[in-house]
Amino acid sequence: MENLIALLVAAPLLGAAVLLCGGRRLDRAGHWLGTVLAAASFVVGVVLFADMLGKGAEDRALHQHLFSWIPVEGFQADIAFQLDQLSMTFVLLITGVGTLIHIYSIGYMEHDERRRRFFGYLNLFLAAMLILVIADNYLLLYVGWEGVGLASYLLIGFWQHKPSAASAAKKAFLVNRVGDMGLSIAIMLMFTTFGTFAFGPVLESTGETSEGKLTAIGLMLLLAACGKSAQVPLQSWLGDAMEGPTPVSALIHAATMVTAGVYLIVRSGAIFNGAPDAQLVVAIVGAVTLIFGAIVGCAKDDIKKALAGSTMSQIGYMILAAGLGPIGYIFAIMHLVTHGFFKAGLFLGAGSVMHGMNDEVDMRKYGGLRKYMPVTFITFGLGYLAIIGFPGLSGFFSKDKIIEAAFAKGGTEGWILGSVALLGAAITAFYMTRVMLMTFFGEKRWQPDAEGHEPHPHESPKSMTIPMIVLAVGSVFAGGFFAIGDRFVNWLEPVTGYEHGHSPLSVATVTGATVVALVIGVGIAWAMYGRKPVPVLAPRGSLLTRAARRDLLQDDFNHVVLVRGGEHLTRSLVYVDHSLVDGVVNGTAASVGGLSGRLRKLQNGYARSYAVSMFGGAAVVIAATLLMRAV
Amino acid sequence: MSFPLLTATAALPAIGAIVTAAVPAAQRTVAKWVALFFSLGTLVLAGVVFARFEPGGDRYQLTESRAWIADFGVRYELGVDGIGVALIGLTALLIPFVIAAGWHDADPLETKSSRWRPTQGFFALILMVEAMVVLSFLATDVFLFYILFEAMLIPMYFLIGGFGDRAHAGSDENAAKQRSYAAVKFLLYNLAGGLIMLAAVIGLYVVAGTFSLSEIVEARANGTLEMATSTERWLFLGFFFAFAIKAPLWPLHTWLPNAMGEATAPVAVLITAIVDKVGTFAMLRFCLGLFPEASKWATPVVIALALVSIVYGALLAVGQRDIKRLIAYASISHFGFIILGIFAMTSQGQSGATLYMVNHGISTAALLLVAGFLITRRGSRLIADYGGVQKVAPVLAGTFLIGGLATLSLPGLAPFVSEFLVLVGTFSAYPVAGIIATSGIVLAAIYVLVLYQRTMTGPVNEAVRTMPDLKARELVVAVPLIALLLFLGVFPKPLTEVVNPAVEHTMSDVQKKDPQPEVEAAK
Repeated sequence: MENLIALLVAAPLLGAAVLLCGGRRLDRAGHWLGTVLAAASFVVGVVLFADMLGKGAEDRALHQHLFSWIPVEGFQADIAFQLDQLSMTFVLLITGVGTLIHIYSIGYMEHDERRRRFFGYLNLFLAAMLILVIADNYLLLYVGWEGVGLASYLLIGFWQHKPSAASAAKKAFLVNRVGDMGLSIAIMLMFTTFGTFAFGPVLESTGETSEGKLTAIGLMLLLAACGKSAQVPLQSWLGDAMEGPTPVSALIHAATMVTAGVYLIVRSGAIFNGAPDAQLVVAIVGAVTLIFGAIVGCAKDDIKKALAGSTMSQIGYMILAAGLGPIGYIFAIMHLVTHGFFKAGLFLGAGSVMHGMNDEVDMRKYGGLRKYMPVTFITFGLGYLAIIGFPGLSGFFSKDKIIEAAFAKGGTEGWILGSVALLGAAITAFYMTRVMLMTFFGEKRWQPDAEGHEPHPHESPKSMTIPMIVLAVGSVFAGGFFAIGDRFVNWLEPVTGYEHGHSPLSVATVTGATVVALVIGVGIAWAMYGRKPVPVLAPRGSLLTRAARRDLLQDDFNHVVLVRGGEHLTRSLVYVDHSLVDGVVNGTAASVGGLSGRLRKLQNGYARSYAVSMFGGAAVVIAATLLMRAV
Repeated sequence: MSFPLLTATAALPAIGAIVTAAVPAAQRTVAKWVALFFSLGTLVLAGVVFARFEPGGDRYQLTESRAWIADFGVRYELGVDGIGVALIGLTALLIPFVIAAGWHDADPLETKSSRWRPTQGFFALILMVEAMVVLSFLATDVFLFYILFEAMLIPMYFLIGGFGDRAHAGSDENAAKQRSYAAVKFLLYNLAGGLIMLAAVIGLYVVAGTFSLSEIVEARANGTLEMATSTERWLFLGFFFAFAIKAPLWPLHTWLPNAMGEATAPVAVLITAIVDKVGTFAMLRFCLGLFPEASKWATPVVIALALVSIVYGALLAVGQRDIKRLIAYASISHFGFIILGIFAMTSQGQSGATLYMVNHGISTAALLLVAGFLITRRGSRLIADYGGVQKVAPVLAGTFLIGGLATLSLPGLAPFVSEFLVLVGTFSAYPVAGIIATSGIVLAAIYVLVLYQRTMTGPVNEAVRTMPDLKARELVVAVPLIALLLFLGVFPKPLTEVVNPAVEHTMSDVQKKDPQPEVEAAK
């Protein structure tokens, strides 16, 4: 059975190779090939899953060692896979949602002349993401980690004739590279501490090193997670990443890749368990981001950017949960999976709306679309109810557990984190209701574009609506299925460990508070966007609104300090190199030339004087020639 | 005596150079094919050397030894170790691509006199460089190495000065001036280094009484040859200075951007991917091998300079407006990594540095040769003269991107393996240096992606609208290099196998042991 693991990666990798090297001959069938191979990977995943279910909880992990990758003295890096319950969860999510989005893209990208290449990139993404989650060591994980970064770069910039898309792609890669530095350093620290970076030995021997080392490793892993999962302070790329085609936003920038940071932290649970300080920082980063993303999500008029803010915020929940330790790991992953369903569904819904609206993304130019796109409306609506945590739907179960766990952290920290999570729930309800009302309710607000084409909103083809329906079903039922009878907890516990948290508030109180937060959020949104018509032109807004529209000015800060500062630095260095370094080296050569005569008189050893005079002569020649040339 | 395989490997390109030069002036195409044929023959011989080399065997294998200048004890001594095997392989592998990429670079612009034969000269000089570089990787006699180290400057000088990049801004006259400035600067910088090295070579002979590398290393190891600390340090500095110029190490790097900018792309590859490797190779073999104590003494300064090179080179690359100068500064940054790996004196650092030499050669060749195809099409080296190439020439843009991704050490491609080994090897001995060097991975991403964005994406620049995509000859150059980058990124074992034993020898030369991990979890 373990020999099947490599097949998970091989199928989409083959697809990527064939589609990207195959040339135009494959244009007509390429998207089918890509979709079939994604589905094949999903089928392999299901077979492995069925096999895993047939075994006892402790014997479920499978290993496959392919070959020794970098055999160097004292250094062991292997191409080897490990498939345990945690990896399996991701495999099913990635290949399942991935296959649906391949199907959706057949319709969505129908009129794009580079559709074959698009499917090649999607397949490449799947392969890299699968390597990331089934690698059995951190270095191979790093390969997947950067591989998804590359796929993300290629897909954000898919329409690279648009300068904004090309810039966004570059920005995403660069910000992620800052995170990758963290992963690099973490791996190097593991190597010097444990002599290895394979999951097994590292995670089993965390007890044998100091807390300081574990804290350092943990913080570096967190830096990596911040980059990939768009957490403050490395969140700035995610909004821009919406330049990519919408299926990409759904798959990579909502359901799978951006959650890799959560995987990394939960996978490294043993390290964080031994480093409470690092763990607290993780929780704080999650809490800050969940509010940050939610506020940004409230202010955006671009439907995809509003959803991107929401993604940031929801991943903030997951990171917060992962920072709570064994009481939160499992709920982080549970929210990750349910979020995968509803957020992918919401993005596909947004794509469907754009498809029917001439690619318009400004929600102020939507309105009343429920009449024109009933399927999109219903599936989007179910995703909406799921994300705001409507009782009984997926998001309700997974988010509620995180809020409970946050309170259960105990002490002042617990109260603060729990309250922030509750506040986040209210803001989530607000901004998502805003999106819902502006898009599907009220009066139509669209107008003819500059060339006089009026949009004719229409429902999308079946290839697009079917994936939306499937995801909507998941958004409704997944959470309940996981939560009832602690199915999900029992499934993951052997890998991540689990401790039942003891919240100072009763379960009923937390649930009640969550529902109250939800009602408040929805109520305010309805008062602002449902009761009165939405203006087509955005009002000036309060200071906070204006700041939130600009991603809370963090981008402006980056631009002024890093981009402008960097440009000044490189420009002055170019000058220094040309004038100073070059000049000083040439000048030194000249002055040494002058000295050689005196030196020779001082030390009349044969070899020395021979050398010095030759060098002196050469230096004079250098100086003279360079001077001649310069003049 | 058995067949002198090593001599043959070095002699074949030299013979090729003579034959190529002798082809009649009108038969330019014949000259090209002759040169290509000989370079492929050399590749075959290098392959035989690789196959015959036994990783577990003696340190120097396939040795040859003949008396040469008996009065000075100079011998013609050859031998190959794992590092030499890897670098001969690199050289022999890249030269056919250099020749194929430069196929039209030396075609005469207009028919001058029938005795004018630039094409023959161009390819003969390339083969001459190959012969000297290969022999310098094989020489185990210090004097023989010195001769080659200096002699290769001459064909390089003519290649830079005589066959400039035809894509230049401003007048032809001005371009000729800049080209000859670059060639002279290249020559004088390297000559200066060489002269100081000569003094050190002679000094070494005075102290050791022989030029034989293996004899000196052995005598030093068993204590029969003692050197005063200061003597060893001076001799070390003499050698190191020459190698640091060639490598090039900050602040002795300024000749490289000039030379690479003005030379044709294939010649720029010859400089940075092949000839400069002699510098870092020689640091490993001569500095660490002959002067282990002085090498350790100099380590803090060398590591500091290497770090400056890494960061400085990368920042300068970000600030360049000329594609080839950008790649030159990127190379300076990469040479910083190589030198860092060598002087970290850990197994991972040294193996990484050796692999880095090979991988940097391949990745830079891929990027620079495709950049050359681009520049030839548009007739400009300025980044600002491009834009939107991806739309009109997607294959060219794709290969350029892969070359760029290799340059920024994307995992999955060969340079990642070596860069990570260097980083880990450095970090385990010098954590702060390791962390500073890690910033290189962010900076590399900046210069590569900005270059790609400005040239390949965005609206199509009017001047590139009719640009044709890669032709068959160009694909033959780009595709195998990319395939090799992928292969060595996933399966570097064939290389590490030959390199590891050589690294162990160097580690025992300098009497260093790897730092032990805090927890023995792996065992």
